[in-house]
Amino acid sequence: MQSDAGERFELHRWLYRTMFTIRTVEERLARSFMAGLIHGACHTYVGEEAVAAGVCASLSEDDAVFSTHRGHGHALAKGVSPVALIAELYGRETGVSHGRGGSMHLFAPEIGLMGTSGIVGPCILQAAGAGYSAKLLGNGSVGVAFFGDGAVGNGAFHEGLNLAAIYDLPALFVCENNLYATEVPFSHASRNPEVAPRAENYGIPGVTVDGNDVLAVHEAASRAIRRARDGGGPTLIEARTYRTRPHAEGMGLTGVYRTEEEVAAWREKDPIKMFRSRILSDETMTESDLDRMESDIKSEVDEAEQEAAAAPWPDRGTAARHAYREAP
Amino acid sequence: MTEKTFTEAAREALTDAMDADPTIFVVGEGAGERGGNFETTLGLYEKHGPVRLCDTPICERGFIGMCTGAAMTGTRPVVDFMFTDFILDGLGELINQTSKMQYMSNGRLKMPMVLRGCIGIGHSAATHHSGSYYPLFAHIPGFRVALPSNPADAKGLFATALQSDDPVFFMEHRQLLSLKGPVPDGEHRVPFGQAAVVREGTDATIVALTVMVHHALQVAEELSGEGVSLEVIDPRTVAPLDMETILESVRKTGRLLIVDETFMPCGIGAEISAHVTEHGFDELDAPIMRLNGAHVPTPYSPALEQAIVPDRAALARAVRGLLAE
Repeated sequence: MQSDAGERFELHRWLYRTMFTIRTVEERLARSFMAGLIHGACHTYVGEEAVAAGVCASLSEDDAVFSTHRGHGHALAKGVSPVALIAELYGRETGVSHGRGGSMHLFAPEIGLMGTSGIVGPCILQAAGAGYSAKLLGNGSVGVAFFGDGAVGNGAFHEGLNLAAIYDLPALFVCENNLYATEVPFSHASRNPEVAPRAENYGIPGVTVDGNDVLAVHEAASRAIRRARDGGGPTLIEARTYRTRPHAEGMGLTGVYRTEEEVAAWREKDPIKMFRSRILSDETMTESDLDRMESDIKSEVDEAEQEAAAAPWPDRGTAARHAYREAP
Repeated sequence: MTEKTFTEAAREALTDAMDADPTIFVVGEGAGERGGNFETTLGLYEKHGPVRLCDTPICERGFIGMCTGAAMTGTRPVVDFMFTDFILDGLGELINQTSKMQYMSNGRLKMPMVLRGCIGIGHSAATHHSGSYYPLFAHIPGFRVALPSNPADAKGLFATALQSDDPVFFMEHRQLLSLKGPVPDGEHRVPFGQAAVVREGTDATIVALTVMVHHALQVAEELSGEGVSLEVIDPRTVAPLDMETILESVRKTGRLLIVDETFMPCGIGAEISAHVTEHGFDELDAPIMRLNGAHVPTPYSPALEQAIVPDRAALARAVRGLLAE
């Protein structure tokens, strides 16, 4: 019992820390965007933090994560430091992709972050491929794809789930259903409002979870990941969530596609707020523990931002490097 | 040396590589137990089983994307695509993903992926089983493109492809698959970016790609009876392209003809021509000429099909025209 309680404490602390770090970094990046420090697009993950944290809690550095254009949260939850993320968006040499990628191309393969992406869909196929490698190498790793409801109508969803299913690949497909693909409602993009039951079409399990409930996400993901590692094949998880910032910074919070009231209602279901109440009622941590953690994270992110802003630009002489592994 | 067909030679490279490297696996429709639509994997399923010889559904985009993810995570996939037309469905994966991962990751990811299969016009295959498209792939940073024209090069270039950490297109002209020729026994690798001077000559240079190498050699032989001495160059890979060997030849002959079955606009001939103009203009005694297949989809009827592909007569006419300049 003692060790169960200890594990629960560690898990809760990690989940809260990860979610709050993502939120703090994203809000910092939103301010940086307004200040002109970010040179390209910036899609924040505010409101969806429970999904990345809940899934990545069960992953190791050897598991491969393939992410989306809204990928800062996945990168941080997988272990990318705030300074490496911020520096990348600032276009600096110390960025996680050394300035070659920006927000939508975050790569840290040494810890299993196999890229965020500017194209919707391919991550599903690539996660199946990581599963294929794991199966061939017998190394117990899992390939994980995060994608939005916008990918569900894309052929990659069908082809990737089918391939992972027929080869029993150790893969996890996490659909972050935030109701809108950019600003197109899922109800316009699909006659079928459900995502998880589509798993049946491929003969694999499909699970719907409250994507704002980090413990629910964690439980579903850890079961699916264990199943994948044990040779049980892939799982599709639909995490119902919501982004409470615009599609991309600089765009409207609402528009023809959603109302202020809807955003306000989802803010009431804020995943961090909900988890904070849960922790306090479970008494795994106290109010002052959480306040201290939050204040530490805010300082860390401030320091990370300052470090990123002071970091050197990449050497322009290196711009043509790495298109090929071998000299052409 | 042993006499082998083009397909047998390439299969020998694959067999040896799969024995040596347990991370290599092959995917494709019929690549498993059946041994490949063109016998590309014959006998390998029995040896290595279904994970390494993987039959796929008909979803080229899907398995190209899957193989991209596999190549990023420690294995070496070979996509056996049958006909290059089929992989056009995976073009987004190839150009947006496969080719860019090494660069985007600042060189931390490798992309050891081979895409192999048929190109070329013939057999009344019509327009969905006869495309070549290699200029398209050669245009993209990140890709290697190999175009073997004989069994020895098929083995040697495929062996190199199977050890490359860059994504490689290994494109086999369907009219060459049953061509026989001497193939070196044991380990044989042909490095990328090294053209072969397949016939030496002094009056004009013909750069010929894939099946056109054979036409060029025959025309060179025919015209030698008239006292014409033609040099024939087979680039063997178009990405990288060995321009130095071509320029060296042009310095000697002063005349250049590029013959390529596939389309002329924005093609390999245009690239070679521009390069020679930039770096060897003073060596030229005549304008550079190109001879290509017609810029149309491939027709079915043998009468029409033959009409759109450069044949020996057309090549001989082009050479005479070049020499008369």
